[in-house]
Amino acid sequence: MMMNNTLRNQCKLLPGSLVTGKWNKNQYKIIKELGCGANGIVYLVESGNRHYALKLSDNGTSIISEMNILKSFSKVQGSTLGPSFLEADDFMKTGKQLPFYVMEYIHGHDFLRFIDKKGSSWIGVLMLQLLTSLSALHSNGWVFGDLKPENLIVTSPAYKVRCVDVGGTTLIGRSVKEFTEFFDRGYWGLGSRKADPQYDLFAVAMIIINSAYSGRFQKKGEGYKQLNDLIKQKKELHPYRKMLDKALRGQYDSAIQMREDLVTVLSKQNHSRKKGPNQTATGQQQTVQPSTRQARRSQNQSKKKSGGFFETFLLVAIISMLYVLYIYEQLL
Amino acid sequence: MKAGTLRQILLITDGCSNHGEEPSAMAELAREQGITINVIGVMENDVIDEKGLKEIEKIAGSGGGVSQVVYSQQLSQTVQMVTQKAMTQTIQGVINRELQQILGDSKTMEDLPPDKRGEVMEVVDELGETSKLEVLILVDTSASMKHKLPTVKDSLLDLSLSMNARMGDSRFSVFVFPGKRNDVEKLLDWTPNLEALTATFPKLSTGGLTPTGPAIREALTHFNKKRSLRGLLSHDDEQYFEESM
Repeated sequence: MMMNNTLRNQCKLLPGSLVTGKWNKNQYKIIKELGCGANGIVYLVESGNRHYALKLSDNGTSIISEMNILKSFSKVQGSTLGPSFLEADDFMKTGKQLPFYVMEYIHGHDFLRFIDKKGSSWIGVLMLQLLTSLSALHSNGWVFGDLKPENLIVTSPAYKVRCVDVGGTTLIGRSVKEFTEFFDRGYWGLGSRKADPQYDLFAVAMIIINSAYSGRFQKKGEGYKQLNDLIKQKKELHPYRKMLDKALRGQYDSAIQMREDLVTVLSKQNHSRKKGPNQTATGQQQTVQPSTRQARRSQNQSKKKSGGFFETFLLVAIISMLYVLYIYEQLL
Repeated sequence: MKAGTLRQILLITDGCSNHGEEPSAMAELAREQGITINVIGVMENDVIDEKGLKEIEKIAGSGGGVSQVVYSQQLSQTVQMVTQKAMTQTIQGVINRELQQILGDSKTMEDLPPDKRGEVMEVVDELGETSKLEVLILVDTSASMKHKLPTVKDSLLDLSLSMNARMGDSRFSVFVFPGKRNDVEKLLDWTPNLEALTATFPKLSTGGLTPTGPAIREALTHFNKKRSLRGLLSHDDEQYFEESM
């Protein structure tokens, strides 16, 4: 989205400068800029030796809506999906009132960068986590709305997927107002923008598709057919094919249902991998060790097994041939 | 608080008017009638000149709406954002006036502590979701717009997708200017979905003049015509927002 320059200028703060609240009088020291969105700039700040994220805006309306969402997030029991809310206040800068709110600072890598570094075997595992969180959110009557890799942060040392931008979060039954075309089912002609659990599940499917491609693509002609072709073209997406198709068509009743299918896909892959002792798909995601070599190349188990036999046979054949040559040489 | 009807004109153009009344004067007239005017300037490889830019801002300023200049690739999200933003602005305007009556002085939402502001904002969001919405879309079809029209069509379909996801009813009407015979031509009468555009839009012929002012004036009468017809059927809450303007 475009951002006008006045916002940039007004909300621009240099590291070291202090933000003091007009109402609560709390003070925050700017450490650095974390990012800027359509309606404000997010800074990493320090207060009382603790780090927080502070969002400053010149547009009171949208930031207040976001604050309301964050507050209701905090009320969702056991949900660690979004950042927790600390306080909201106003900052007086050269006579102008700039509203801001302070939230938990979620530290980690963004989703795509994490997958790049740790390998694609993490995609499935992190999506399991995400689906669990989404299920909690949905049962509390909310839909996340603007799900995309950029809004997902993987924390460390315990690898946990969290969402940072809650601006798209919408009550079920209302219209989703903040979304990103590529992850929006309305854009692909596969449903409305009315918030329902299926809206988020569509986006989860698109995140999985997106992580197999380095870039994003625009809609050409019929959306469903195009997405199907894109799934077919990438071998690593084949194991997920059935699940992705159901999610794209909105056929899952709940995030839990989709999660179950994903568990099945992942455990199948584990069986086919002979030496993968640490791989579990039971939901204890943190204990899972990443394996650098992926076994997603083949579509089913039997194929994989015969591949293994062939490898063994080849190896034995080569070694015996070398041995025969060696003996032959010795004899001469 | 009961939701009324929000009325907007969405003007999509790529430059300066060169025929008929001053557009910003017509925008002022619209505002007087409780109709907000939003303006989107579409660029492709060309840039909108200073004069065109000024006019776009001036129309939206006089019309109490939002203006934005974008490249045509971003048109869909911009159309959605501008419409949404203008709705919120209008509702906020109404609420601010109510607040002033309650709190006295010239207090607005901004003067409330953040927590209270949050509560007011919940009401604004609720109204934005449930209000009826009428958007009259005015598309500039002068020669330079010709190759941008397919994008315009897509973004309008996308707009109806977004607005129809709301709980309140949305209705759209589409006018183009210059028309075949007159300054303005009606393409589509009030309808909840814009699918019908797919058939008519590609056949548009583009002309040389850009009668933005007369187009706005004509659009206003279209709102009024409908209202007088409706008036016969007696509607009460319909005019809520206008009266408060």
